Amino acid sequence: MLARLASQRFLEIRQAFRQSSQAYRSFSTALNYHLDTPDNKPDLPWEFSEANKAKVKEILSHYPSNYKQSAVIPLLDLAQQQHGGWLPVSAMNAVAKVIEVAPIRVYEVATFYSMFNRSKVGKYHLLVCGTTPCMIRGSREIEEALLSHLGVKRNEVTSDGLFSVGEMECMGCCVNAPMITVADYSNGSEGYTYNYFEDVTPKRVVEIVEMLRRGEKPPHGTQNPKRIKCGPEGGNTTLLTDPKPPPCRDLDAC
Amino acid sequence: MGLGSLASRTLTSSRILSSQYSRFRPIVTKPGLQSPDASSAAAAAAQPEPTPPPPRKPVGGARVELTNPDDTIEVFVDGFPVKIPKGMTVLQACEIAGVDIPRFCYHSRLSIAGNCRMCLVEVEKSPKPVASCAMPALPGMKIKTDTALAKKAREGVMEFLLMNHPLDCPICDQGGECDLQDQSMAFGSDRGRFTEMKRSVVDKNLGPLVKTVMTRCIQCTRCVRFATEVAGVQDLGMLGRGSGEEIGTYVEKLMTSELSGNVIDICPVGALTSKPFAFKARNWELKGTETIDVTDAVGSNIRIDSRGPEVMRIIPRLNEDINEEWISDKTRFCYDGLKRQRLNDPMIRDANGRFKAVSWRDALAVVAEVALKVKPEEIVGVAGKLSDAESMMALKDLLNNMGSNNVWCEGTGTNPNADLRYRYLMNSSIAGLEKADVFLLVGTQPRVEAAMVNARIRKTVRASNAKVGYIGPPTDFNYDCQHLGTGPQTILEIAEGRHPFSSAIANAKNPAIIVGAGLFERDDKDAIFAAVEAIAKKGNVIRPDWNGFNVLLLNASQAAALDLGLVPESSNSIDSAKFLYLMGADDLNLDKVPADAFVVYQGHHGDRSVYRANVILPSAAFSEKEGTYENTEGCTQQTLPAVPTVGDARDDWKIIRALSEVAGIRLPYDTLAAIRSRMSTVAPNLLRTDEKELAAFGPTLSPDCTQKIDSTPFKAAVENFYMTDSITRASKIMAQCSAMLLKK
Repeated sequence: MLARLASQRFLEIRQAFRQSSQAYRSFSTALNYHLDTPDNKPDLPWEFSEANKAKVKEILSHYPSNYKQSAVIPLLDLAQQQHGGWLPVSAMNAVAKVIEVAPIRVYEVATFYSMFNRSKVGKYHLLVCGTTPCMIRGSREIEEALLSHLGVKRNEVTSDGLFSVGEMECMGCCVNAPMITVADYSNGSEGYTYNYFEDVTPKRVVEIVEMLRRGEKPPHGTQNPKRIKCGPEGGNTTLLTDPKPPPCRDLDAC
Repeated sequence: MGLGSLASRTLTSSRILSSQYSRFRPIVTKPGLQSPDASSAAAAAAQPEPTPPPPRKPVGGARVELTNPDDTIEVFVDGFPVKIPKGMTVLQACEIAGVDIPRFCYHSRLSIAGNCRMCLVEVEKSPKPVASCAMPALPGMKIKTDTALAKKAREGVMEFLLMNHPLDCPICDQGGECDLQDQSMAFGSDRGRFTEMKRSVVDKNLGPLVKTVMTRCIQCTRCVRFATEVAGVQDLGMLGRGSGEEIGTYVEKLMTSELSGNVIDICPVGALTSKPFAFKARNWELKGTETIDVTDAVGSNIRIDSRGPEVMRIIPRLNEDINEEWISDKTRFCYDGLKRQRLNDPMIRDANGRFKAVSWRDALAVVAEVALKVKPEEIVGVAGKLSDAESMMALKDLLNNMGSNNVWCEGTGTNPNADLRYRYLMNSSIAGLEKADVFLLVGTQPRVEAAMVNARIRKTVRASNAKVGYIGPPTDFNYDCQHLGTGPQTILEIAEGRHPFSSAIANAKNPAIIVGAGLFERDDKDAIFAAVEAIAKKGNVIRPDWNGFNVLLLNASQAAALDLGLVPESSNSIDSAKFLYLMGADDLNLDKVPADAFVVYQGHHGDRSVYRANVILPSAAFSEKEGTYENTEGCTQQTLPAVPTVGDARDDWKIIRALSEVAGIRLPYDTLAAIRSRMSTVAPNLLRTDEKELAAFGPTLSPDCTQKIDSTPFKAAVENFYMTDSITRASKIMAQCSAMLLKK
């Protein structure tokens, strides 16, 4: 009996190893340590653009002057938008210099949050929500469709550098599940948009990708023409009039 | 077997006996039976008086000083009342009460993190167990550490910690001294329930000193807090989140801090271990000897762990006044220099210029012969950086008996002045630097000269935002420091009040001036000291309650040398020397030594001066002898022999005593006690170990100075932190460090 249990366990372990080499379901796009690549090295110079320098000043004005460190997340976000969707090490060093902390503190923040991409992403970074409400509405098929259409694996960039697919946590559109988000890094930080495309189907999602490839701007929001925002198909059935006033104006008397 | 049956037979026989006589029970009267009044009295007396609970000793090195009676509160630890000052945490209160609470991330010298959760205890009226390291103790709190809830919490936390911990104990260097092992034996359950795959983490390269196996890391963040707070280099951080957290530097960065070896002590598991010591020994094989470090003038307390005749590693000892719990990398890793380039036989250079090993008798005979032939004023003796007080006393006595007073110690300069002790000691003491609020560093780079003093300055700057001004060549500091200037001109400006920093000194409550001993080498040293004393006078630095005038010495032997009076008569006696006795002096400039001078080198390493020596007398290193050293603040400490010495080497003072006998001018001491009593006639403070002898007089007695200040800027006294004396220059680890870790 022990031998049977042992062989069963052995097979489970072998399966686990096999699984881990395939679609690695990781929640961040990179490792927790830096490896030098030709376009990501600490000695490559990086600076905020002139327009962004003004934005940096504006962001810093939101926080007390002796707590510049609090601005690390918005500044990293701005740097990411400027650099086409990802943060090279030199950008993190530049942000560290702006907020006057040691670079490791910025690295800690950037590795903590999965939305800070520390390796290259496509100009259109497609994020598929994979949490339970979307999953039971078919997000796995959406992801399948995207990956097979683009010919990449998760967290990989297409060879033309236009698209990459990642998984995202719940983005709050469970009523319009399944959905994807398109982070548009094609126009730098001025033209940066982050739009939800909801109620997608595997066919529709491929259409969206092709529209983006041609440079068009597909309409964001729900992709189901019969719905308005998060209302049901065919229009709202409740909340058609103004809300009723409270039964008694003088609540203390009631 | 036979004995057992015998024993059982005797037992049964005694049972028979007792059963025979058990029918007869002796009649005993009790006081209560004698009269009714007596019985009630007996009943009352029978109740035992409530004995007071036995006093508990604080555990874990905890000490409490209840200075302010208004500020003390009383809490109850396991029913035992204990008085603590307000603001102490529950864990500290339990330590005072004698209860040791397990912890991983808490360290008394680092900030509180509270992320390991091993210190959970039960507090009455609290819905959940409380992290005692972070919870401040409130008055009347009832803390319970041995209840089922606390035990369950500890077992649970331990189970979680061991979940992702690899089964590395057999190959892990921390085995035997591992906090995780000890606490899981004491507080953990006997089995785990984890059957999944454990995570593994990539190892990081932190340099040639710290070996990392990051899979073993339990993410306590002690190393991150140490690097940020104590060492002052923000290199380490916690990257990622959740079970995928990794401690690392993100970009590949070596730990170049001079205190980086201390993370090895601090890490509770085997994630950060000593790379040179990797796989060499287990801690239970090692014999620990408590001695003193001599690679710099701080005199850090260390414990040399040795196995047989070999020094395996060096770890710090606690000394609140000098080095707290830390030691510098040089102290920690210089031990492998003790095994290389050792002199083990007396040698004489023959006519071809090659050294030939001879016996002690012959070597001493040759030296004595030459010494007696030479004129007294041509005899010169120089003590080295690592010499202990006994050997310097013997050297001075020998040379004085031969008629010469040209004896000095390396590093004290060409014209040392030993008259006023305040001019060569750290008068505020190393621990006293914590009270300072303004520092003026003159010609000294504490980070490379005395890393523990630098750590203390950094501690003060962090705690009270002290201002630091520095005069000297540009260096980097691990605290905020204003670079005021590079040379003596700046001192004059501050003395005359023309510099903006003079107002900082004037407004300070406890200003401290630290002068580097590198200035002893300058010709205008008296003028510079006079200028610094002018600053001290103006800023009220030297007062009865606070003496902020400090000199930071460079070598372990300087303070004792000056206390023993190793002051030469003339400053250029080397130029006309015919007999030069170098006792471990390797950093002396031997260019000026005449070609026909007879040089005797007595030391333990074949370093620089052996190349010029005519006779080599091998002596014991600091780990092999019992010697007295005085550190830069005037605290006398003793080394103890940890390992036997190499080959035919002997103690320094014993060689000189033997030489004196052969030369016919026998010195009057044969034992260690005798030479120490001789030392006590000259400098009695050298016998009072672990006591600081403060300087008695201040600048009121210093003579006026008529020298002119030379405006050459100050030089760095220590070029290479890792290689400063004969032991560190022979060390392979130090060579690796200076190749990889020094700033290019």
